[in-house]
Amino acid sequence: MSSLASARLKRSIALHLFLTPLALIWLFPLWMMIVFSTMPDNGIFSPGIELLPHGNFLDNFNNLQRDTDFVGAIVISVCVAVTYTFLSVMLTSMAGWALARYQFVGKSVVVAIILGTITLPYAVVLIPQFIMVARDFKLANTWVALIVPPLFNSLGVLFMRQSFSMMPDDLFDAARVEGVKEWRIFVFIALPLARPMLAALCIILFLASWNNYLWPLLINSQPGSMTAPVALGTLIGLTKVSWGGIMAGAVMLTVPMLIVFVLLQRHFIAGIAAGAVK
Amino acid sequence: MRYRNATAYRFLTPYLLIFAIFWVWPIISSFMISFQATRTVPWRFAPGFNWGRLIGDPAFFNALKNTLLILVIQVPVMIALAMVMAVLLNSPLLKARGLYRFAFFAPVVVGEVAYSAVFRLMFSLDFGIVNKLLNTVGLPKIDWFSNVTPAMALIMIAVTWRWAGYNAIILLAGMQSIPEDVYEAATLDRVSKLKQFFFITLPLLKPVIVFCAVLSIIGTMQLFTEPFLITERGGPGGGTETLGLLLYRQGFRSLNFGYASAVAYTMAGLAIAITLVQLWLTREAK
Repeated sequence: MSSLASARLKRSIALHLFLTPLALIWLFPLWMMIVFSTMPDNGIFSPGIELLPHGNFLDNFNNLQRDTDFVGAIVISVCVAVTYTFLSVMLTSMAGWALARYQFVGKSVVVAIILGTITLPYAVVLIPQFIMVARDFKLANTWVALIVPPLFNSLGVLFMRQSFSMMPDDLFDAARVEGVKEWRIFVFIALPLARPMLAALCIILFLASWNNYLWPLLINSQPGSMTAPVALGTLIGLTKVSWGGIMAGAVMLTVPMLIVFVLLQRHFIAGIAAGAVK
Repeated sequence: MRYRNATAYRFLTPYLLIFAIFWVWPIISSFMISFQATRTVPWRFAPGFNWGRLIGDPAFFNALKNTLLILVIQVPVMIALAMVMAVLLNSPLLKARGLYRFAFFAPVVVGEVAYSAVFRLMFSLDFGIVNKLLNTVGLPKIDWFSNVTPAMALIMIAVTWRWAGYNAIILLAGMQSIPEDVYEAATLDRVSKLKQFFFITLPLLKPVIVFCAVLSIIGTMQLFTEPFLITERGGPGGGTETLGLLLYRQGFRSLNFGYASAVAYTMAGLAIAITLVQLWLTREAK
């Protein structure tokens, strides 16, 4: 018995000896992001090795704000992400509800189409979307352009369909016998029951919108209409730019999401594990 | 279930409307645009114009080669790494599980722009922390941005860092859904842990692995932000130019929508082909 216990201990030590360096390597870029954001530029570009934070974050932030209106961009990003999340959750849960709870003509076609789009690269629709939104609708550099075209997502619908189809029939049938209308059943019975799944979906959708880069880069390229990642991206590669400032911006984009991740880890992981939205 | 067409479509309409406007029409439209010469006003129908150019364009083949190279190396390495992470995070022997989970899963919330900026700084030639650390252990510094091989390696390292944990989450969830008693029975029969992994975990996890692989391939196929921001528009000298970057350059810098659409459809064709092969591989096993 004691030899079994010592074998277990050895395996446990080996496991931690392997996993700890790997975990530190994985955390290293995030740690360095924070360290860089607190260092003056001449500190970042100096030959010494600096692994601990300094006290220069506010100066760096001021430099960033001088280079681009980052606060304004953050406001746009937050408003867009909140609106997008709300609309997208409504749209996908309604569609998921219909697919889970009703039999209707064309159902298999709708499901097949949704499944088919998962493996279709976004690049295929990018150019016509751009032409349509910018030239035909003349909506470039507006919030609508940032919010509406990305609303379609297939994995979210499948996730919600799964959630609704696991609910017991009796619940809804009882309400139907009472003469409750379908949309009321959906809003007042089904949605509250799906709260954990909706939370997972909200987090994933918010994150997708918050971090979205390519589409906002193309469609909202005017200063004053850019989202925060796009505004930050314009600075990368410029010669006369404060890298401490860029890092301060990176921290402002990342740290709030890390905090949300820590607080809501369970929902987060549930959302990703269900393959909710890439 | 009783048929409820009207009710069902009332719930589906907003979703299908967005789908029709922003996906169905663009898919068709993109196909048609790829057969048009789009740098004349008005655009004119010229079937061979873009596709003919594509076949003879060294820039296209360079981007295709780079994309496939990243795909072939990065995706398997990342999935294997994600698998290692998932297996070890799942071990009952692990202490402080939450900390390790945080370390591996945290990159999932980090935006492409933020991490591209950090990687650029970390890998810079003279002042990057990576080269400084290489120097301290007696290794020569690497010029990550001016030579093609290190630049490609850097892109692969960056993408792997960002996405390995994401795949580990999915794999871990898959592993946890395998019933415990399968392993208990194997342990009673004195089957080693390693054998249990290869003969129980891997086969049962195959559909999940394929799902991860398909999503990763489609993601990597469209790789854009990393070569755009980290290696500065696909540098050095097009050494990290990808199909995504070529599409961006052609479509949105040269405003050559026809040619860019042909590139987009090539990406779609490749993605669909690879997906079909993978689906076929999993079906074969069943």
